[in-house]
Amino acid sequence: MDAIKIENLTKYYGKARGIREINLTVAKGEFFGFIGPNGAGKSTTIRTLLGLISPTSGRASVFGLDIVKDKQEILARTGYLPSEAVFYAGMRVREVLKLSANLREKDCGEEAGRLCEQLQLDTARKVEELSFGNRKKVGIVCALQHEPALLVLDEPTSGLDPLMQKAFFDILRERNRAGATVFLSSHILSEIQHNCTRAAIIREGEIIACDSVETLSKTTARRVSVRGTVVLEGLAGIRDREDSPGGVNFLYSGDMNLLLQRLAAGSVSDLSVSEPDLEEIFMHYYRKQVQLPKKEAEYDTDKT
Amino acid sequence: MTLIRHELRQGRISFIIWTASIGFLLAVCVFLFPEMKGQMEDMGDMFSSMGSFSDAFGMDRLNFGTLMGFYAIECGNVLGLGGAFFASLCAAGILSKEEKDRTAEFLLTHPVNRARIVTGKLAAVYVQIAVMNLIIYGISVASIAAIGEDVPWKELNLLHLAYFLLQAELAGICFGISAFARRGGVSIGLGIAAGMYFLNLVANIAREAEFLKYITPFGYAEGADIVTEGHLDGKLAAIGLAFGAVGIAAAYGKYCRKDIR
Repeated sequence: MDAIKIENLTKYYGKARGIREINLTVAKGEFFGFIGPNGAGKSTTIRTLLGLISPTSGRASVFGLDIVKDKQEILARTGYLPSEAVFYAGMRVREVLKLSANLREKDCGEEAGRLCEQLQLDTARKVEELSFGNRKKVGIVCALQHEPALLVLDEPTSGLDPLMQKAFFDILRERNRAGATVFLSSHILSEIQHNCTRAAIIREGEIIACDSVETLSKTTARRVSVRGTVVLEGLAGIRDREDSPGGVNFLYSGDMNLLLQRLAAGSVSDLSVSEPDLEEIFMHYYRKQVQLPKKEAEYDTDKT
Repeated sequence: MTLIRHELRQGRISFIIWTASIGFLLAVCVFLFPEMKGQMEDMGDMFSSMGSFSDAFGMDRLNFGTLMGFYAIECGNVLGLGGAFFASLCAAGILSKEEKDRTAEFLLTHPVNRARIVTGKLAAVYVQIAVMNLIIYGISVASIAAIGEDVPWKELNLLHLAYFLLQAELAGICFGISAFARRGGVSIGLGIAAGMYFLNLVANIAREAEFLKYITPFGYAEGADIVTEGHLDGKLAAIGLAFGAVGIAAAYGKYCRKDIR
């Protein structure tokens, strides 16, 4: 059974586009990344899945349960961390955690204690006195303390220092190994690349790519950095060229032999050829001029 | 129960301030009565013959020199207006505050269905209104006893019942508004309470505006009518409560389907 199955899901806010005809499947136990910049439709997708907003058309299910009819049952099995965790003013951290557990009609005291210790969260403090990062930690404990089968995380690491980010991802990996499905929405691509097995990229409310992170990262193009002088004019397959006083840097997806000939003819003191990271793939999808379907794009992912 | 307890806790400071303020002012009014009683016997005629001003506050039909006449006008205004403001404030913000304060995401991503959330919040509003009225009633009875007057139970009970119904109606209407408002529900609620109060003043002054009594809950909570007639106008009260019920029904209808932003 799929953890999440989204079929032609569309949401309009009046005439404004939220998401359009989204199709997505996340398998049970998967660590899935959802990539897109602000306003692309990530939060709309998540909020629709969690029943905060109703879909305009299409359908979606979580663990086979319909997001409209079985909302309560879905929420019982889901832990959600919003991008900006806001709590009731005047409450202490332990009271917020207790309220969350009580609303779930569960005793989560032991797990909450363990998580607070791991994240170094002071439960005696009032929530309005907390920094953004510490409020995020409260949100993390609320999302995890009932040990949900599905974790939906919207920009989870914003505000967390690197040590806490590591502790947080350690917890997530541990939960994932124990069988929990993780749906991680982020625009920090290294997070997706390091933790997720599959990912989808959303642009202007539409899914424009969905594959394993490995496949998304694989490409025929290479990032080439040259120190020295080389004549590249007339060479096909060069993109993102950046000239600097000591050299040149570009993405190359043309014939490698032709590039080597040009390099040999030039005066090269240093050379590096590397695979572009996920960030560059992402930027590729978001480039305004690249409006072509994926198969026609110059910078195709290599699926062979 | 979790949600009701949570809401009562969230609203406790406002509850304490409003209850203490209304209770204090009401007690002060009652304690002023013996002092003013003698003077009122001379001034009663003057108060009842100030034209539209007397009509507006029902002073043309009540004797300021009697405890109930004084209580219905002075204390009635304190409890009537203060209670109306508290009930409106309490109900108008209770649903909309989740979106205004951005806590809706926290609350609505827990496995509690929206109808239960609405019910919990509604119960919290009425618990606060009921407890406030019981405390005020107790303060009122104790104050009257303390100044050595006999407690006019029937009139007092009718007046307090009317003010409770008035608050219940306004709370129902404002609760409905709260479900639609994303922000600013509280100002709308206070505006409605003040507007209803002035509609009643207009209805008291102008004969051709008497129909307004069917709209404003201050119509059936008019102290002068209750004390002089010895009963509540059941028809006006029933219409008022129907308005409140419509507000509550609208709140369920809207909030259970509302997109939370």
